[in-house]
Amino acid sequence: MKHKIRFTINGEVKEIEVQPNKTLLKMLREDLDLIGVKEGCGAGECGACTVLVNNKPVNSCLMLAVEVDGKEILTIEGLSDGINLDPLQESFLKHNAIQCGYCTPGMVMSAKALLNRNSHPKEEDVKEALAGNLCRCTGYKRIVDAVLDAVKKGGGK
Amino acid sequence: MLKYVGQSALRVDGVRKVTGFSRYTDDLKLSGMLYARIKKSPYPHAKILKIDTSKAEKLPGVKVVITGKDVPIRVGLYLEDKTFLAIDKVRFIGEPVAAVAAESEEIAEEAVSLIEVDYKKLSAVFSPLEGIKPDAPLIHEDLGSYKHASIILPQSGTNISNHYKIRKGNTEEGFKEADFVFENEFYVPHIQHSAIENHCAIAQVDPEGKITVWAGCQSPYTVRRTLATAFNIQLNKIRVISPAIGGGFGGKAGTTLEGIVIPLAQKANYRPVKLSFSREDVFTNTFIRQGMHARIKTGVTKSGRIVAEENKFYWDGGAYTEYGVNIARAGGYASTGPYDIPNVKADSICVYTNHPAGGPYRGFGMSEIHFAIEQNLDIVAHKIKMDPLEFRRKNALKDGGRTVTGQVLENVGFVECLDKTAKDIEWDKRVKKVSATKYRGKGIAGMYKAPSMPNNVGSSAIVKINEDGTVNLLVTAMDLGQGSDTALTQIAAEVLTIPISQISIITGDTDCTPYEWQTVASRTIYCCGNSIKRAAEDAKNQMLKLASLKFGIPENDLELKDGQIISKNYPDKKVKIADLAMGLTMPDGSGIHGPIIGRGAFIPPDVKDTDKETGQGDKPVAFWTFGVQAAEVEVDIETGEVKVLKVAAAYDAGKAINPELVCAQIEGGIVQGLGSALLEEMKIEEGKVLNPSFVDYKIPAIGDAPEMKISIVEVPEPTGPWGARGIAEPCMVPTAPAIANAVFDAIGCRINSLPITAEKVLKAIKEKKK
Ligand code: FES
Ligand code: FES
Repeated sequence: MKHKIRFTINGEVKEIEVQPNKTLLKMLREDLDLIGVKEGCGAGECGACTVLVNNKPVNSCLMLAVEVDGKEILTIEGLSDGINLDPLQESFLKHNAIQCGYCTPGMVMSAKALLNRNSHPKEEDVKEALAGNLCRCTGYKRIVDAVLDAVKKGGGK
Repeated sequence: MLKYVGQSALRVDGVRKVTGFSRYTDDLKLSGMLYARIKKSPYPHAKILKIDTSKAEKLPGVKVVITGKDVPIRVGLYLEDKTFLAIDKVRFIGEPVAAVAAESEEIAEEAVSLIEVDYKKLSAVFSPLEGIKPDAPLIHEDLGSYKHASIILPQSGTNISNHYKIRKGNTEEGFKEADFVFENEFYVPHIQHSAIENHCAIAQVDPEGKITVWAGCQSPYTVRRTLATAFNIQLNKIRVISPAIGGGFGGKAGTTLEGIVIPLAQKANYRPVKLSFSREDVFTNTFIRQGMHARIKTGVTKSGRIVAEENKFYWDGGAYTEYGVNIARAGGYASTGPYDIPNVKADSICVYTNHPAGGPYRGFGMSEIHFAIEQNLDIVAHKIKMDPLEFRRKNALKDGGRTVTGQVLENVGFVECLDKTAKDIEWDKRVKKVSATKYRGKGIAGMYKAPSMPNNVGSSAIVKINEDGTVNLLVTAMDLGQGSDTALTQIAAEVLTIPISQISIITGDTDCTPYEWQTVASRTIYCCGNSIKRAAEDAKNQMLKLASLKFGIPENDLELKDGQIISKNYPDKKVKIADLAMGLTMPDGSGIHGPIIGRGAFIPPDVKDTDKETGQGDKPVAFWTFGVQAAEVEVDIETGEVKVLKVAAAYDAGKAINPELVCAQIEGGIVQGLGSALLEEMKIEEGKVLNPSFVDYKIPAIGDAPEMKISIVEVPEPTGPWGARGIAEPCMVPTAPAIANAVFDAIGCRINSLPITAEKVLKAIKEKKK
């Protein structure tokens, strides 16, 4: 039995039918083609699948699609308007906080959630907010620098 | 004056990546796609008696079921010892014995559970030290008949798939000269690359039998060749495309899934078949780093000169060592680390076990052997009461020094790296005790590494000048995150004198981009970089010729500058690249030459095989990269916990094409090295991996990253582009021994095996007290 759910995704209202056991990650990737959302473990251990649900970061591999009924979702695809990058994205670019790029969407979304709730985070706050996002490439230093620099540039409004 | 090389240009793939636009293999959705799953062996070593696939075949939605019979040809890079599906025997837990393609992943999963396999268990081998015993069960009975590269020496009738020997000078005499002789043992466990992107492959076969494979792979051409062998097809009938790669570190250098999706696709009536591995599959069914036992015997004089060394490395190669055999070889020809020792006897032995297949992992044997070499050096320094830094300086390879193969080295920046690192970690200053339970210490470790590859493997590049003077640069060196797309573009920009934004780099399609052996071994900037330099120069020379005709002035009076060809003597005589891009139009309206396409090819010059019995040779490798790291740690003697406070690193990059990206590589390497030092170990019991998840196998998270201070040394490698050497793998090699040495400095205890867990530290403290 499929469930009909209605939610806002990257600013657009959508209504779709989903299987009750489908994860939010699978719905985003398979049904909505939002493939910027990545799967690294499927078990809540890596953060690659992080999206914002009602402004809070969630591991979309652990959440069921039906749970987003009535909620607002933001994925990496909705972060920039297609012309201008979000200050966080600019900052990741400028600081070379990217290597393979596979963790990047999740990392950026976790950072976005932090800046939404705390416009002046300190280094420790950044590390805490990104504790669940694994990156095997960068060694993290530039990611911390990038987030803090985005804060300085007014990325946290 | 260099304009683009040596600049920290921003990544050319950056915007695609921060927007989530980059497409990785699992992001591809083709119409009519089928989904595959594999049936895995539950036993580490067993005979396959019977496979019954009839129930699976009858399940609605199942399209294809295959077993080992469908893929019978043995393949392998250096030793052809594996088939993509097990045939008569399984050799590790998880080995694929059958595969299914179905309309959905769920159906494929169910079908796999319906496949019935009868096995007869065989006794198994779980350690290389067991495996070399004469009465050990044989894992590959037919080893003697396997095809292999000439540089590999398998021993028929044993579990030894390669034995690389070094016999330099005379160790017996050397030990006689020594005032002290010390013997130490070390152990490095299996670890896993843990790139955040799991492995995935898709194959489709068209009505003419042409196969297209999409897989995030480090080596599209080598994959194509291996697959062509396995399926007995011509190379032009198979196309390998690599989408973006979500991290590799060696784990995506070989072939695994590709060999399973192809036979499924061949029976799928032109429909594409996708196989995505789960994190657990990646831990057990893709390459892992080989385990290694090391024994080192060192003879040293009172004045601190090492006069003889005898090293034995026993590699736990796992069930298949098609790749691992060459890691053992690399461990052999680098066996003493970056030190000049006159008498050396080394044996590097690759042994089959019933563990998952070992393979290349960032550093290719160097991280493993340097953990032993660099701790051993520290132990010896302390025993003879010499400062470990001074001891290293004294024995370091310097210009005119000889490696273990007898190669004489020039342009060696090792001592400079030692000095820079020592300064950055403030080697001479120590705060030992910070509280009643917390002790600090500093440790240093050096390394060297050369690309481990066949002597004669090539690279090539094509520079296509577009009508408007912009450029498409075609290569098959792959950017796994290390930033090669950016640095390689800078190389083309430098020669063509046009901005990076006017060059698009295209990679990873064996039907379109030119030959590249593999993206491994930290060889890309050097090998592919040289081929790009040549291709760009070729394009430039074609244009110089045309400009010379156009102006009627000799070529040597012309130069390419800021995107135009201009006369040195008559600066008003100039023509833009765009105006020559399609050839030269003559005054009478006719045209000559046609579009400009530059081609460049490269093979490292003069690299030759070493002697089979002694390992001696003048130039066994293309170049060496040297580096040093020093760590400061804090050890809590109550909990045993080790915290890395700071790591300083210096590497001789020869010439850093993009200094920021070099630093970024080094930082990433340090944190990966830190993971192997403190956290990572695949726990394998009786062949079963007990921790195949990020919950039970921890890799460093953001809170584990230490403060880092990076220095780049530039002693040019004469054969590298502008002197560049490869550095990506060397970045993680000395981290673990530097940390181990720092732990000793802090608490006076040696931890001879990785990882350095709190348990081991507490145990060592207890034993010391006794
Ligand atoms: S895929 Fe969701 S946390 Fe790893
Ligand atoms: S950039 Fe590769 S995992 Fe973070």
